[in-house]
Amino acid sequence: MNATQLLTKSRQMVRSFGLPRIIIALFLFSLFILAPFFKVNVATSLSDTLNRFGMNAIMVLAMVPMIHSGCGLNFGLPLGIIAGLLGATISLQINVAGPASFLIAIIFATPFALILGWGYGQLLNRVKGGEMMIATYVGFSSVAFMCIMWLLLPFNNPKMVWGYAGAGLRTTISTEGYYLHVLNDLLKINIGRHFTFPTGMILFFALFAFAIWAFLHTKTGTAMTAVGSNPVFARASGIDVDRIRTLSVVLSTWLGAVGILVYQQGFGFIQLYMGPFYMALPAVSAILIGGASVNKASILNVIIGTFLFQGILTMTPSVMNAMIQTDMSEVIRIVASNGMILYALTRKTEATR
Amino acid sequence: MNSEHGAPLLEMQHISKDFFGNQVLSDINFSLKRGEILGLVGENGAGKSTLMKILFGMDEIHQTGGYGGSILIDGKEVRFATPIDALASGIGMVHQEFSLLPDSTATENILLNREPLKHSIASELFGERLNTLDWNEMEAIAQGAIKKLGVNLDGTMLVSEMPVGHKQFTEIARELSKEATTEMEEGLRLLVLDEPTAVLSEQEAESLLKAMKTLSEEGIAIIFISHRLQEIIDVCDTIMVMRDGHIIKTLPSEGVKVTEIAHWMVGREVDSSKRNLRTFDYGASDVILELKNLWVDMPGETVRNVDLDVYRGEILGIGGMAGQGKLGIPNGAMGLFPAGGQVIFDGQELPLNHPKALLDAGLAFVSEDRRGVGLLLDESLEWNIAFTAMQVQDKFLKRYLNGWFTWRDQSAIEAETQKYVQQLEIRCVSTRQNARELSGGNQQKVCLAKAFAVHPKLLFVSEPTRGIDIGAKSLVLDALRQYNQESGTTIVMISSELEELRAVCDRIAIINDGKVFGILPATSESAQFGLMMIGQEVQEA
Repeated sequence: MNATQLLTKSRQMVRSFGLPRIIIALFLFSLFILAPFFKVNVATSLSDTLNRFGMNAIMVLAMVPMIHSGCGLNFGLPLGIIAGLLGATISLQINVAGPASFLIAIIFATPFALILGWGYGQLLNRVKGGEMMIATYVGFSSVAFMCIMWLLLPFNNPKMVWGYAGAGLRTTISTEGYYLHVLNDLLKINIGRHFTFPTGMILFFALFAFAIWAFLHTKTGTAMTAVGSNPVFARASGIDVDRIRTLSVVLSTWLGAVGILVYQQGFGFIQLYMGPFYMALPAVSAILIGGASVNKASILNVIIGTFLFQGILTMTPSVMNAMIQTDMSEVIRIVASNGMILYALTRKTEATR
Repeated sequence: MNSEHGAPLLEMQHISKDFFGNQVLSDINFSLKRGEILGLVGENGAGKSTLMKILFGMDEIHQTGGYGGSILIDGKEVRFATPIDALASGIGMVHQEFSLLPDSTATENILLNREPLKHSIASELFGERLNTLDWNEMEAIAQGAIKKLGVNLDGTMLVSEMPVGHKQFTEIARELSKEATTEMEEGLRLLVLDEPTAVLSEQEAESLLKAMKTLSEEGIAIIFISHRLQEIIDVCDTIMVMRDGHIIKTLPSEGVKVTEIAHWMVGREVDSSKRNLRTFDYGASDVILELKNLWVDMPGETVRNVDLDVYRGEILGIGGMAGQGKLGIPNGAMGLFPAGGQVIFDGQELPLNHPKALLDAGLAFVSEDRRGVGLLLDESLEWNIAFTAMQVQDKFLKRYLNGWFTWRDQSAIEAETQKYVQQLEIRCVSTRQNARELSGGNQQKVCLAKAFAVHPKLLFVSEPTRGIDIGAKSLVLDALRQYNQESGTTIVMISSELEELRAVCDRIAIINDGKVFGILPATSESAQFGLMMIGQEVQEA
């Protein structure tokens, strides 16, 4: 009797937490346990995981507004990233050295994010029901279009352009001398030789996460959730559904732009051309691992998901490779991220009406 | 008529059926002889379709727990597991909606998937699937069936090019042709026609009725479901009237008048204590809402041209048969479906197709589509009840920074929800429970609470009791009446159930063919409403 009760209770817990999440969490946990046996430093691993978490979390957060308004997963994240890249390149062109360049990049990325996001929103309003597929192609085609633009736009900072031609942007541009590690190094705490807590970057994310959480508690934020939950209900309650959806897409796009800038300051490079091409998939799978569904997501999903996903990315190359002497990390990353997306899409009907 | 067999062709004994405790059929008994035409009439929801589904062994019935009682064919009990079994024993059905392939000819449709086949070398070598169709034989069978029907139908005509009447004939011919192929052991013996004349012109209907008589002379029994009562009287041998899942009357059609049938259909014994006995003083009240030349493009419920005045403080009922447009009125007036014409509320003309403006003006709507329009199924009761009031009237919000920043006032929302949970006796675990988890009746109460929370001047309530059990029904109706009396809110209630309207409303408008057919005080005879519903003028008494 007691045993069966325990069984049903644990089954309920598994169901509420989600089986894939449990498996991935256990996998990550076991990697941390195994690490010392293969002479992998746990402190360094943890530090790396936190670092990657901070770099990617805002791009994962960019999923939330669109999921809330029922536009589905933001596979069009590359569009927001492009806005961020434009902000970054303009900032470097203006050539203000040091941390100020980071703020300048955000300021210049914003109008691009608003305009591109608005257009993207208008497009998604015309393809209700097929948002995610259209979004994927919006992302892909905008990347292709920008491949041409990066060559043609009249940038001329010698640190950015091809050396031999003197025109056209390079594929990777270093942020050194500009905003490299501005957030990473802000208020950072070193514990021991191997562990660094990137306080500034985590605080920056916390600020954005709080802002989005607060927004979802306002009148407009409430309307956004209702539009995603049942657009017909929202319309019958006098909500302009298309306006709210557009707003959510603009927000998501802008978060994507800020997200890539945070990523660049940690990573050290601005990646142009095909760089944004596959950026959407890790962010999408992270929020899904965090327990979000196609039309429900919370800030907690973002935090848990980013931590688990980035944790696995950090740990598999070091631990798994030391263990089986082959490079398995890429395989596991692809299996985990694509598998997660597949899993979430098959559960779509369960989450909707 | 039934000389060669002792037992009747079909006998249904003590048939009963409930959907999750909601009794929709109880103790249905009738029998049908060879060649007899039985007219089955009743309001929407009287149980006609459910009865036919039981006869056919439809999946829907098995999945919801089967049925009680027994069906006898030729005196032997049968229990069909699937419609295919029913077909095998010679029962055919023609549905209200056509199930035909538009780009195939009549002949192809008649024999679809039952085509006579010719063997060829290829099929000898590679199996049955490579048989070819025997077109001559197909033509012959199709023509045989059409001839039996006694109509003129070109077998080579594409369905998409046919007038509706011919489509109907094609469907019937398909049922008839089944005896020529191997499916039926003894050929077609019983044909069920579910409102076949609803879409036909008068002339087409006439030739269909003639065809029915021809079939009956050949010994095929017919169950004929129709809302056109005169047809029923003209063509049927026996008339069976159903209401609320019971058989009210079974009698030979000779000498029966349309008025009598209409009375049996709608006139149930009403508990007089439940009746709304107030007399509304129309002289002392002004018009609050005026609909002028309203048209609404709502699929299946088209409103063509409605002129209607609603008086301040009254409860106006809107009734009519399904598909006549009664549901289109509130949906159009609230901007949910494309509409045109004029809506004048409190002396001001309101823009149509603009839900926000209509809500701002003080109108509210409880939709008939509870799950689709009425509720956020995956959100809490609190959200469901507070959301509209929050968005339209800025209730339940805390303001900061000069009102620039708003914040959901969780405690106010909870208090309001708690209030309605108690007032309307909404049965739930907590106010945070998702609306999806409630029963239909409780969901309906949540919809009402949502509308009440807006404190509207005029409330449209559409099909408030659809799909909920009797206990919840009376609670919902009482809540509406009480709300009207206490806050003076004008209520326009749309319902398919006439007795419900008569119990609650002051006046009842009957909609027919997208127009207001007539308005009578709720105290009028129910037979008069019944006549209006089927589009017949009422003689002024």
